[in-house]
Amino acid sequence: MAAPAIQLKNISKSFGPVQANKNISLSVNVGTIHGIVGENGAGKSTLMSILYGFYKSDSGDIFVGGEKTIIPDSQAAISAGIGMVFQHFKLVENFSVLENVILGAEDGALLKQSLAKARIQLQDLSKEYELDVDPDAIIENMSVGLQQRVEILKALYREANILILDEPTGVLTPSEADHLFRILKNLRDQGKTIILITHKLREIMDATDTVSVMRAGEMTATLETKKTSPEELAELMVGRKVLLNVSKNENKAGDIALEVKNLSITDEKGVLRVKDITFEVREGEILGIAGVAGNGQSELLEALGGFRKAEGSVSIYGHSLNLANPSGQEIRDLSIAHVPEDRQRLGLIMEFTAWENIGFGYQHENEYSNNWGLMNNKKLRSDAAEKMKKFDVRPSDNKLKARSFSGGNQQKLVLAREIERNPDILLIGQPTRGVDIGAIEFIHNEIIKLRDEGKAIVLVSVELDEILSLTDRVSVMFDGNLIGNKLTSETNAMELGLLMGGEAN
Amino acid sequence: MTKLPAWIDILLIPMINLIIALFISALVVLYIGENPIDAMSLMIKGAIGNSYGWGYTLYYATNFIFTGLAVSIAFHARIFNIGGEGQAMLGGLGVALVCLMVPWPHWIISLPVAVIGGALFGAAWAAIPAYLQAKRGSHIVITTIMFNFIASALLVYLLVNVLKVPGSMAPETARFPEGARLPTGHDMLGWLGIKFSKSPPVNISLLVAILSCFAIWFLIWKTKLGYEIRAFGHSESAAKYAGISPVKIIMVTVLISGALAGLMGINSVMGESERLVLDSVQGAGFIGIAVALMGRSHPFGVFLAAILFGILYQGGAELAMWTSIPRELIVVIQALVILLTGALDNMIRMPIERLYFKMVRAGT
Repeated sequence: MAAPAIQLKNISKSFGPVQANKNISLSVNVGTIHGIVGENGAGKSTLMSILYGFYKSDSGDIFVGGEKTIIPDSQAAISAGIGMVFQHFKLVENFSVLENVILGAEDGALLKQSLAKARIQLQDLSKEYELDVDPDAIIENMSVGLQQRVEILKALYREANILILDEPTGVLTPSEADHLFRILKNLRDQGKTIILITHKLREIMDATDTVSVMRAGEMTATLETKKTSPEELAELMVGRKVLLNVSKNENKAGDIALEVKNLSITDEKGVLRVKDITFEVREGEILGIAGVAGNGQSELLEALGGFRKAEGSVSIYGHSLNLANPSGQEIRDLSIAHVPEDRQRLGLIMEFTAWENIGFGYQHENEYSNNWGLMNNKKLRSDAAEKMKKFDVRPSDNKLKARSFSGGNQQKLVLAREIERNPDILLIGQPTRGVDIGAIEFIHNEIIKLRDEGKAIVLVSVELDEILSLTDRVSVMFDGNLIGNKLTSETNAMELGLLMGGEAN
Repeated sequence: MTKLPAWIDILLIPMINLIIALFISALVVLYIGENPIDAMSLMIKGAIGNSYGWGYTLYYATNFIFTGLAVSIAFHARIFNIGGEGQAMLGGLGVALVCLMVPWPHWIISLPVAVIGGALFGAAWAAIPAYLQAKRGSHIVITTIMFNFIASALLVYLLVNVLKVPGSMAPETARFPEGARLPTGHDMLGWLGIKFSKSPPVNISLLVAILSCFAIWFLIWKTKLGYEIRAFGHSESAAKYAGISPVKIIMVTVLISGALAGLMGINSVMGESERLVLDSVQGAGFIGIAVALMGRSHPFGVFLAAILFGILYQGGAELAMWTSIPRELIVVIQALVILLTGALDNMIRMPIERLYFKMVRAGT
């Protein structure tokens, strides 16, 4: 048997007191797609960064094609035939595809020769792997899916035999993701080796040949994909049994709580991000807003949350919001709670302690500050202790800064703060982005509980599975338009996927 | 465990920075041909060896506490107010106007009014850059530094054309009336029966400065406004999410900052010269930046750093008087302290952090 494409032996790496990788051994055969799954902070990214020369491991060896290889920087990784496609693309936006491909791999001081050579190679590669891209297109005019292909082409142009993809489908529509997996299978059939890092179990099951599971810096198992199941993988990731689907009762929709009419939002650059949308949410129902990230959902949530200007009308139980001069205070006074999409940038002050964060946005409330402007820090601390206990935030020490909590626990902090206000309307964006599987189950149950109490909920998510399992009604945002108002029970991933790509009727 | 204990963070690391700065300065002294050990002991003796030295050291420190607090409070909102110099000049003007306008019967009455005058003028001078930053997005670093020049020119104009005593050649106001002169360290300690040198200008403003430290500490960590200022400083986007108005926070913070810088006037104008002279600020506005950096924007840290800079200032004057070491060298030492504590802080911090965590790991 041929030597494995990549073999890691006893790789360890620590950052300060944290051990991110503990004695990791892994072997990936030539011509396979190998998946790596694990929760946030399990050490996947660290391991791949070691492989690509961003970090130096504390101990352990790397073998590429059977030969011991030392990878001090990314240049060495490239010459060893390793290519990496990052979650956030590293492309020059105003360069053409061709220029991006040769960037850093030019053959001399003058570009003409390199460009001509790259053009021919690019044509060959496109033909070989179904990677059609116009070599003269400018990156900023291309869709995200195409941009990702450019990243792959970049790696192939540098003669990569081993391709590492980090969460490649995070920004893709379902059909773009399908196309990506076809490309990857094609590459595999031509003898390339692919390492796919993802947290989506469905992708692992669909696309990989073998899969490794990481938990808390350790490699807990390596399995043949055919012989495992999502449930088994989830259990290996979390270390206990996990319910992947929430169970919920039929909803009883009541009065209209939130009514949005002809809402348009123009952003700071003058671009129209939300185009004349209209919808309503009733008591006791969850309206899902699906869509690929960047189609106006963020702006919509920010406008409803009272910190972005908009035009049109929004009324809360008949009370009209002042959209031209928004106020987060007005929103909170109307009993609207908002769990923002980006908890680290919006929802929390990362340098504040957990107890300071538990009152964030509600510092004006009488329970947290008096009329003289003095904070009631004692009350904040006791509140924090209570809410953190209820939401099982770990560690339970409320004197720790928000920064020191994991993504899932940060999210629980925000949820504890917002849900425990017992709001009439809950706006919630990407409730489980970057959250561990174990915590997802808990968060979903909390949302359902709130709905069953008769609250109106707007849930924005890019995860179709989440939309389908949680919501009662669903609309899709595409290019600022809200399309396809459907009952969740009467639609499916396929139909929504088409709407998300703008390919609908 | 991802954090250093406080004693390493706010005591050990600045100390090491200081020692390195002094060590490099010693090399320079050696190069000039003086004995660095002698120079050092002369400096320390001159600054804190007797009540005369202490008197000057604490006088300088009082200035630096005010300007250091001014920079610190703005830092908490991540605003860089480097207009302390100009705001202190205008604060001095405010204090002088208060003192000259009314024939004050006693300092107990004139001091509180002068405090208000200095704070108001300082705040007013900061208000324009604050407004431009909050509403128009003009960068406050640029506007405040321009306002320093304007303040300086304005003061020259006023002292030469408006406030000068008729017939006098000096560009300065008349001396303040008896009831607007503050008790000095000699007077105050005299009440307690303690002997203190008569000449140094340290005065009751030091107590006002110490009170200000407590007030700012209270404001930052115990009030809603402080909570919002800190939240805004850490993340403007999150502050907006929470319904905190950036315009309000920028305005209020910079006004408080300007008021603190303006308060310096009671020490330098009312307490020391007892009249308004040109250049009463003498760079204290800029030293405030170094004091705030070294004190890590904490009022208590600012207090300690201000004392340290007071020692450097007074010790430096002594050095210049008794040795061939020029006064400029003290500026070199100050610059080294600023460089090491401000710009190169991580150079010392990182290895100490690494060492500390290694020891923690080895210990467990």
